[in-house]
Amino acid sequence: MNTTTSTHFVPPTRFEIYDPLNQIGTMWEESFKNNGGGFYTPNSIIIPTNQKPYSLSEDGTEGTPHKFDQEASTSRHPDKTQRRLAQNREAAKKSRLRKKAYVQQLETSRLKLIHLEQELDRARQQGFYASNRVDTNALSFSDNMCSGIVAFEMEYGHWVEEQNRQISELRTVLNGQVSDIELRLLVDNAMKHYFQLFRMKSAAAKLDVFYIMSGMWKTSAERFFLWIGGFRPSELLKVLLPHFDPMMDQQVLDVCNLRQSCQQAEDAVSQGMEKLQHTLAESVAAGELGEGSYVPQITSAMERLEALVSFVNQADHLRHETLQQMHRILTTRQAARGLLALGEYFQRLRALSSSWETRQREPT
Amino acid sequence: MHFTNSNHTKQNKHRPIKAKSLIHKTNIDIMDKVMRMSSEKGVVIFTKSSCCLCYTVQILFRDLRVQPTIHEIDNDPDCREIEKALLRIGCSTAVPAVFVGGKLVGSTNEVMSLHLSGSLVPLIKPYQSLLYQAN
Repeated sequence: MNTTTSTHFVPPTRFEIYDPLNQIGTMWEESFKNNGGGFYTPNSIIIPTNQKPYSLSEDGTEGTPHKFDQEASTSRHPDKTQRRLAQNREAAKKSRLRKKAYVQQLETSRLKLIHLEQELDRARQQGFYASNRVDTNALSFSDNMCSGIVAFEMEYGHWVEEQNRQISELRTVLNGQVSDIELRLLVDNAMKHYFQLFRMKSAAAKLDVFYIMSGMWKTSAERFFLWIGGFRPSELLKVLLPHFDPMMDQQVLDVCNLRQSCQQAEDAVSQGMEKLQHTLAESVAAGELGEGSYVPQITSAMERLEALVSFVNQADHLRHETLQQMHRILTTRQAARGLLALGEYFQRLRALSSSWETRQREPT
Repeated sequence: MHFTNSNHTKQNKHRPIKAKSLIHKTNIDIMDKVMRMSSEKGVVIFTKSSCCLCYTVQILFRDLRVQPTIHEIDNDPDCREIEKALLRIGCSTAVPAVFVGGKLVGSTNEVMSLHLSGSLVPLIKPYQSLLYQAN
């Protein structure tokens, strides 16, 4: 049985059933043949070139191929008509089933695409492409830990968005006229926003202190400056200082004292961390190395690791207090300028990270 | 049949009082001990050898030219009781517990807050050594 129409592949998006009758039977047969017996795949849907039913096709034959009743005519053989109609119903049914399967495939692909886009967005925002955080099959994390960290990452994404919004608002407001009351409100909100991050980090540190310590949720350039899971308080002061001018004499003195005490506190905590590393190394190396058994000594090492959480908290406490003291020493306007500068500094670090990654991916 | 618990009750009456008085006495003893230890002149810090934040606080005071009296309680037989007592006095974590001039300053958090606000140095000024300790 030969088909007399010319056919070609049509992209799935233009697929539509415009004539439920004979052409579907043709399509089904054709695709079945061409796909080696598979039901069909979206990429290989074949429909006849002629778009209108019963119109002349390219080679001059009648548009609609009558595959099944080539020898019969409707008026002379009612039985055959009935048979044709039945076969058409059958073909139509099969076509509907095929369409349903295709649509289901589309839906699955669509959901998959949305999921992938979300993952990509999140990863891009955070500047790294490791996918093991969203891999729910990762064996090294308990479900609770993993979901807690994923939740933290999502929350942090929102935190950054809000941060960007606040920075834009500060910039706009400082460029124009603003009442002291309104400015104070913005400054207070910005402070509270930072404090909220410290609370988030504290909760996440309880779940996975190493995750917080390594700054995995931050961009790569930010991580370069990492000190116990965040920025150095002394670094913060260094960045902000030029933005406070002009300062009153008392302010100059206070800021000077704050810089000194901040540095001393930071140094003390750093040395405490070094001691922790040292004692952990000692406890890991305790007992006979080379004997192949670690179980008895592991308890003391685990106890040392518990202390990491308190160090992360202490580092955030220093950041918190440094910000708090700055707020106390400065006027509202100075504080607003400082917070804008600080926010922009981190924005630049994040932008630097993305640029760097783009550069890395370019072919050399 | 009706059983009275008179005997049982009598015994119960005596035993708890005895036990309570013992605990009460021990608590007072411990509290006295802690008071004595903390009232020593200058800066007094209760620490544990395994506690690295205790080390942090010690480093800070050393940088401020203060030589605090250190009580390492893990070697003390009353270690756990002392810890409880320190918490009861109002220290946020049992160790490190910092006392200046017999008064509780607090734990690491409180010490750091005080220092960043500029209030720690005036507090320890009488106990700062005049010479810079290079170490």
